[in-house]
Amino acid sequence: MSANLASEPAEGRPVDGTATDQPLVRVRGIDKSFLGVQVLFGIDLDVRAGEVHALVGENGAGKSTLMKILAGVYQPDNGRIELDGQEVRFEHPLQAQHAGVSTVFQEFNLLPERTVAENVFLGREPRTRGLVDAARMNADTAALLADLGLSWLTPQTRVHSLSVAGQQIVEIVKALSYDARIISMDEPTAALADEEVDVLYRLIGTLRERGVAVLYVSHRLKEIFDLSDRVTILKDGSLVDTVDTTQITSDELVKLMVGRPISSFFPDRLDGTTVGDVQLQIRGGGNTQLDGIDLDLRAGEITALAGLQGSGRTEIAQALFGIDRFTRGEVRLDGRPVNIRSPRQAVRAGLALVTEDRKAEGLVLNQSVLANARLVLDAVTPRQAARGARRVPGILSSLDLVARGNNQEVRFLSGGNQQKVVLAKWLATEPSVMLLDEPTRGIDVGAKQRVYTLMRELAANGVAILMISSELPEVIGMADRIVVLKDGRIVGELPAGADEESVMGLATGHTEESGERER
Amino acid sequence: MTQSVDVSQRPARSTWRLGPTELVFVALFAILAISAVLVGMRGSNLFSTGNLVDMLTRSSLLGFIAIGQTFAILCRSLDLSVGYVVALTSLIAATTMAGQADRIVLGVVAVLVISALIGLANGLIITVLKVNPFITTLGMGLIIKGYLDTQYQGPAGDVPREFQQFGYTRLGFLPLSTAVMLVIAVAGILFLRKSRTGYHMFAVGGNAEVARMSGIRTGRVMITAHVLCSLCAGMAGLLIAARFGTGSSLVYNSLYELDSIAAVVLGGTLLLGGRGGIAGTIGGVLILAVLDTVFNIMQVDPFFKDVLRGVIIIAAVAIYARRQLDRRARRDRFNGDGGGGGGAGRDDGGGGGSDPPVPPATPVPAGSGTARTAQGGDT
Repeated sequence: MSANLASEPAEGRPVDGTATDQPLVRVRGIDKSFLGVQVLFGIDLDVRAGEVHALVGENGAGKSTLMKILAGVYQPDNGRIELDGQEVRFEHPLQAQHAGVSTVFQEFNLLPERTVAENVFLGREPRTRGLVDAARMNADTAALLADLGLSWLTPQTRVHSLSVAGQQIVEIVKALSYDARIISMDEPTAALADEEVDVLYRLIGTLRERGVAVLYVSHRLKEIFDLSDRVTILKDGSLVDTVDTTQITSDELVKLMVGRPISSFFPDRLDGTTVGDVQLQIRGGGNTQLDGIDLDLRAGEITALAGLQGSGRTEIAQALFGIDRFTRGEVRLDGRPVNIRSPRQAVRAGLALVTEDRKAEGLVLNQSVLANARLVLDAVTPRQAARGARRVPGILSSLDLVARGNNQEVRFLSGGNQQKVVLAKWLATEPSVMLLDEPTRGIDVGAKQRVYTLMRELAANGVAILMISSELPEVIGMADRIVVLKDGRIVGELPAGADEESVMGLATGHTEESGERER
Repeated sequence: MTQSVDVSQRPARSTWRLGPTELVFVALFAILAISAVLVGMRGSNLFSTGNLVDMLTRSSLLGFIAIGQTFAILCRSLDLSVGYVVALTSLIAATTMAGQADRIVLGVVAVLVISALIGLANGLIITVLKVNPFITTLGMGLIIKGYLDTQYQGPAGDVPREFQQFGYTRLGFLPLSTAVMLVIAVAGILFLRKSRTGYHMFAVGGNAEVARMSGIRTGRVMITAHVLCSLCAGMAGLLIAARFGTGSSLVYNSLYELDSIAAVVLGGTLLLGGRGGIAGTIGGVLILAVLDTVFNIMQVDPFFKDVLRGVIIIAAVAIYARRQLDRRARRDRFNGDGGGGGGAGRDDGGGGGSDPPVPPATPVPAGSGTARTAQGGDT
């Protein structure tokens, strides 16, 4: 660590005198737990003025939590944060902002109906004789934009008419207008197209020249190597290392991010499981978020969809389920072309979708276990419904549901038991294709294990399963086949037992680039 | 910066569209034109002094209430107690003035103080006790109604002739009350466009969390909106007293709270807050007033009149909803329909790009400096 701190950035990098060895922000020994689950373990981090400092790690490594602690959204359980050698404690994001620590979050933080200037100066509108001076506000914003080389943005434009990149830039400009000395950005390019990324790159370059520190969270290796001076790697809530970007190859970086032993946590395939015919087939599927999707789901097979957040994983499940339909291409179910236009039609066609957000989309929280488990039966034929209703209690007990009886409201159940109710709801319809979007998110180890064995049982019974997961060990431990997505397209397919690096390589675009270079 | 255009604007947006406020007034003039023809076919003139005065008089009372309602709705709140505040304040004005000209000022002050206090109570209940605005103001309305029903069986108080002038004086064809209402409207527009609190109302209604994160005291803004809303209802109460020459509790049967919400929404203010304004609201009020006048001239059956009003309000909001649909938070990555043109061939070297036979193991040769070489050309 100390060796890295002392090392000067390599020659040829545009570094000016403001980048010194005295860190602007010094973070030491940060611990953080949520509801008894520790997510950060003694994190140390130094960010210098005038450097772009990348923060990388897999989903769930703790990057966002660390950023939010720096921004004053969360308070650390242990550890200290120093700004210019002074210890600071931020109880509220506004305090951090006034101290010069600004953050551009992934969530949208602008008022779409208001103009660029009104958003930048929100809460601090300049006044002349007690009245808001819109002319001055627009002029100040224009000056701020011109200063950053962004004169193509007009202060009077309403934010909703800007592209996502434009909106992102407004957020950065707003953050800067507080005289920010460090700006954290959480995956700022996640929603941007390539040409838009350039605009952001240029802005970050300008910031670096001005001696502003940039803490840059991204999954995209190319950006990290394009932009950053140093990179800090987190894994499972712990610090792996901080290194100069020039001192590391992308191969080594990927290894540091993943490379944990795959545990024997995942149950083996059950005896007698055979991969049967193609149950569901997509050819050339596309809509506004997806393009050229070709995918086969076979009976008895667990297909995993891997990819970064926003790569289009959830969108495929939603398109199949009639939520945000495919506008191009063809879907065949059991060999017959189908056109599923609503979730109801999807259910009737024998599909099931366990959604990513079980509280918002999976359960009626203030209704009973039984009512929730019977929820989908309204959509199927009366005969199926009657049969399903009879099966519900059996399904619930077979899933080892822990509840004070089937009449308990589901909001009182733990996350794992809630998820079991969601699964029971779908099992009652006896689906032939199950789409599982993050089936184990936020549930305890025991429940995870039960979900995994359930998946194996379903596969043995000839159900075609599509599992979407951000957790690589889960993808590798469960899938018979791994399909990797990037930017709305399928970029590759890996067999069972592929290693994490291969998946990450495809998902981040690392492998693909190298492949092209080889040609 | 050559690519500035693609980046700054969404490509698909058409630019010729009218803003919501302009649209309201276009609709108003369209309705006036159609009505003039319809009325003309019956041999009358829609723009006769009598009809003009009728339209403008109708708009003054609802105008006061709807201006206030605009503040509440802009903050993503609403006020269902305004109708009862109008009734209560008409009685307070009439009984305080008690027929004496020298008590007019006292009556006006009493009305403004009491209505402001009611608004303050609404605002505090919503922000401090965190009671939903719908329930808060419904409850407040019921409390006032109960008080009125037990204390006042019929009309009460006596408004001096001098104050009744407020209800009947005309400047040409413009009733004094309408002129006052328009002055208040202009003041309200200036408040929203020129004061920080006005700016912050849009922020609180647009996204309270963003407002809070920007250091805005959202509670104060909400309370201010409710005080202003009740004050406007109090002014409407004064106008009722001046017109009737007495206070009347039965005014609440007119359901002004619902009419005012209809006018605000008709005027293009989002019921979910954050967008809109008083100019549009005045347009909405005028549309409702014109319709009422025309229905009267044409002697439309009163029940059918309500049906027509309902249809028009729903149709207007349906149009706004359609316009709103265009604004999708998510960015389209690919062209939505037809043709595979959307960004094809960007990085899939060998066509198709489906099920590519990617080698199972990491195919990167050690030391491949792909990404590193890219560093040279950054920013």
